[in-house]
Order: sequence, then C-alpha cells, then structure tokens
Amino acid sequence: MSIIEIKNLTKKFGDKLAVDDISFEVKEGEIFGFLGPNGAGKTTTISILCTLLQPTNGIAKIAGYDVTKERDDVRNSIGIVFQDPSLDGDLTGEENLRFHGMAYKIPKQIREDRIKYLLDMVDLFDKKDERTKNYSGGMKRRLEIARGLLHHPKVLFLDEPTIGLDPQTRNRIWEHIIELQEKNGITIFLTTHYMEEAENCNRIAIIDHGKIIALDTPENLKKNLKGDLITLKTSDNQKANELIKTCFSINPYIKDDSIFIYAENGENFIPKLFRALRTFEITSVSVRKPTLNDVFIKLTGRAIREETMDGVGRMRERTRGR
Amino acid sequence: MLNAIYIIWLRELKKFIRDRSRLISSIAQPLIWLLLIGTGFGATFGKVGDLQYIQFMFPGILVMTLLFSSMFSAISIIWDREFGFLKEMLVAPIRRTSIAIGKAIGGASRSTIQGIIILVFSPLIGINITIQKFFLIVPLMFFIAFTISGIGIIIAARMESFEGFNLIVNFVIMPMFLLSGAIFPISNLPQWLSMIVSINPLSYGVDIMRWVMTGISERNPALDLMVLSLVCVLTTTISVYLFSKGK
Ligand SMILES: Nc1ncnc2c1ncn2[C@@H]1O[C@H](COP(=O)(O)OP(=O)(O)O)[C@@H](O)[C@H]1O
Ligand SMILES: [Mg+2]
Repeated sequence: MSIIEIKNLTKKFGDKLAVDDISFEVKEGEIFGFLGPNGAGKTTTISILCTLLQPTNGIAKIAGYDVTKERDDVRNSIGIVFQDPSLDGDLTGEENLRFHGMAYKIPKQIREDRIKYLLDMVDLFDKKDERTKNYSGGMKRRLEIARGLLHHPKVLFLDEPTIGLDPQTRNRIWEHIIELQEKNGITIFLTTHYMEEAENCNRIAIIDHGKIIALDTPENLKKNLKGDLITLKTSDNQKANELIKTCFSINPYIKDDSIFIYAENGENFIPKLFRALRTFEITSVSVRKPTLNDVFIKLTGRAIREETMDGVGRMRERTRGR
Repeated sequence: MLNAIYIIWLRELKKFIRDRSRLISSIAQPLIWLLLIGTGFGATFGKVGDLQYIQFMFPGILVMTLLFSSMFSAISIIWDREFGFLKEMLVAPIRRTSIAIGKAIGGASRSTIQGIIILVFSPLIGINITIQKFFLIVPLMFFIAFTISGIGIIIAARMESFEGFNLIVNFVIMPMFLLSGAIFPISNLPQWLSMIVSINPLSYGVDIMRWVMTGISERNPALDLMVLSLVCVLTTTISVYLFSKGK
C-alpha cells in the first residue's frame, strides 16, 4: 500500500521551477530516500508534503489525505525534522516536547509517558531540564527526532537529518532511524546529499533540477551500471579513451584527470585493457564496486557533491541555519 | 482553538519569567524615565493643571511600559521565524489565527505584569491607587497592551529579518510614545502636531489611563474608549489576517 502518493507535483517560485512535475509513491513502512545536490528541490518537496507550501500544480496525498485540502489530517499523520534547527532555545528539552504534545492534543498522562520514553530513547533524559540553546548540534537533532515521533505519526520526514554532525552522531541517528522502521513500522521519508546515507534506504529517488531522474533500490540502481568501475590514469587520457572505445566497443568517460570504465568483471578486464593500452604510460589504476555517486555521475555528468562531507562547507551550512 | 491559544500564551509567559535580565531592564527603563525626565521637566513645568508634573507623567510612563513590552513581544515572531520555531508551530495541527491571538494575549499578559510592577511605585509620587481603581487599571492595561500587540504582529508579519528592527524602534515606537501626550499635554499644541497626535492610537490610551488614575483627562474618556475599541478590533483583525496569509 502507498502511504505517500505524488502526482505531477510542480512548484514554481516566480520563474524558477523548483519542483518540476514529479510523480512517485512511497510504500508504507519503507525508508525512502530523496537524494540530490543542493538546490535540487528536496526541501521544497518536503515543505509541500508537510503543508507549509502550496504546490503550483499537481496532487500529493499522505495516508490518503490531500495535502492542500485536508491539512489538519495530514499534519496529524506526519512528524517532521526540518533541515534547519527548529527548537525553542529558551525552553528545556522536556518543555519543547511538552509544547509539541499539547499542540497535538495528546492526553496528559500518555504525553508525559511518551516524553519520558522518547527522551530515554534518544539518550537525552539526563539533559531534559537544560535549555536547548545549550545543546550540541547532535543533541538538538536527536531531540527534534524525538519531538517528531511524539504524536505517533505514520510518516516521519527527515530533511537532511545528519547534516553537519560528526560521524559517531550520524551513526547514532541512523541506528534510531532503522530501529524506528523495524520496531514501529513507521514510514520514513528522508532527504540527503550524502551517498553513504542513501545506501541505507530501501528505495531512493534521485532528484536533480527539480526532476526525478531515477527511482529504485540502491542495489538496482548500481546494478544498472553493470559490474565494476575501473578508474584509470594514463599519459594521454583523450587518446587512450578513443582506443578503448574502438577496441572494446564500450563507452567510457573522462572526468577530472581519470578515465572511468564500467566492466562486467573488473579484475579480468584489466589485463586486457593493459594489453590494448601498451603504447600508453599508465600511471594508476583501481577497481571498485560502483557507488550511488557513480550512478549520479552517469545520469547527470557531474558528481552529486564535489566537496567532501567533512570540512568547511558542512560547517557553513549548519551555521547558516541557526 | 482555545487549547492552541493557551499553549502559545503559556510559552510566552514561560519565556518571560525566564528572561530575568530583560524583565529587570524593562522595569528599570520606565523608572529611570520617571526619575530623570520627571524631575527635570518637573523643575521647568512645575504643574500641569492640578497635577504635579511627575503625577501627570506617571500614567504616560505606565502606558510607555505597555507599548515597549507589547511591541517587543509581538515582534518576537521574527525571532521565532529566524530560529525556526515558527515552523514547528505552523506545521502543528493548529490554526494560524490561534498563533496570532495567542501571541497577542501572551504579549498583553507580559505587559500587564510589568505594568503592575510599575504601579507599585504610584504611592511614592503621590497617586493613590484604591482597590477599585486597581481593578479598573489592570484590565485597561491589558486592553491597551493587547491593542498594541496587534500593531506589533502586523509589523512582524511583514518583516522577514531583524534588519528593519531599528527602523521600527525609531520610526514607530518612539514617535508613538513621544506624541501620545505621555510627557507633555496635548491640549495646546499647534494644529499640525495636534493632528498627528489625534491619529496616534496611543494618545487615547494615555488619556484614559490618566483619567482612571488621577481623574483628569484632556479628552472625553468615552471618546478614548470608543477609539481604542475601534483600533483594537481593527488591529486584531488585520494582524490575524496578515499572519494567516503570510508565509
Ligand atoms: N522561497 C523561495 N523563493 C525562491 N526560490 C526558492 C525558495 N525556496 C527554494 N527556492 C529555490 O528552489 C530550488 C530548490 O530549493 P530546495 O528545495 O531548498 O533544494 P534542496 O533542499 O534540494 O537543496 C533552489 O534553486 C532554491 O534556490
Ligand atoms: Mg534542502
């Protein structure tokens, strides 16, 4: 059964097409990933799904409710962790949750029990009386996840849930996400531009310039790339590339200073390759299984994220959101 | 609806009680005005009608407290937007109308509490507040503060960032205060200034507050009340409308 149904969804900001006629469905109980570079339209799509933005065109339904016409039903069915922080820093962790519980009209006793349970789950029970402005980035994120779960939503939206967090915290958050799905059968819709995270999803949609350019399980997406990815550096990449094309009737591509070749069986292919390229000086070679990034490069001709995950870019993104 | 208004209100009060430094400064500010301007102008003006200058000024300073406090708490919507908490409210199954009204009632409550604290000083300057008067003044303070909160929400609904904040303080809050009759009488002003004063809703608040506290007013108190009620309905409606429509 599909818990999210999206048909021809379009969003324009003035002339800018942020979401361009997308259609897909998310099944109940799956972890569904929205993978795409910055500015692809991920947050815009989520904002429409959680009733904060009106679509320019198209229909979106969550748990059978129309996001433009049955807003309150949609809002009661979803939990959301926004891309940017959204806690009240002057309130304590517990008070932030209580505000949420009251806004969603959870009966008092149940509310207090759940607050306790969730604080415990995200390891923040000790910190519950501290104002959230004193929380670390990871603690804030975990509290927001707890908050998003408080009213037992059918779907939990996570917009870049681990952006700007250190590897341990990211792993912890992923443990929570997977546990939620396994134990509670909750549907999780998350966006990310980290390849490694997308691998954890049951299915992913790859989005670029507001369009969905692929949608499948991570395994199938990679399977389409046929076998292994060989990365080769030679004294003259252009000429070597032409030669490979004619010798093996395959279609390699050059990116940066390397030639990328997909081959059914990489280890066996390399000796053949070397024989064909004996007139060239080969400076380096490697074989690996393709990643989702390779899928993205194959589809769009560029990497999803040129910079690495750690480092300055990430910090900047996180501070901007504060 | 009531539930939503209640929780928004509760949050405002919690934050108010928690923010000690702001509470202290928001009470110290009117007292400093009273002490410095009251003494300074008092030395020149002597008396205004039957009142000592400082007695004349006291209701005005009380309304000033309400003005600043209500404006700032309404404008805290901009903070909520900046720090993301507004989204948490907007995505909850509550009406935007409730958020706007909850904010206004919250702001009015904060202001009223501050007003009561200022009121404690009235015996010191020779204004006698009886119990009956007290129970007239408190709802009046709330009413005036609620009206001002509406104006603040109208401004906040239009503002995307803090950048316009100083503009508002300098070109809305300060003129509203200075031209309200709080620190000088409005009866003998040149006509152009008198016109400006008469379109300033705060001047009606100051006048009726002075009448309730001292029995002396420059306008007909019934007119004050009518104008204030009209402005209140208007600002509440517009603020709720703008807030519901805004992004
Ligand atoms: N409120 C807005 N007004 C104008 N343009 C917007 C607005 N929100 C997003 N955009 C534009 O829409 C595109 C998609 O943005 P977004 O959905 O935030 O991307 P992502 O979350 O994938 O990084 C971007 O080009 C962005 O600049
Ligand atoms: Mg985004």
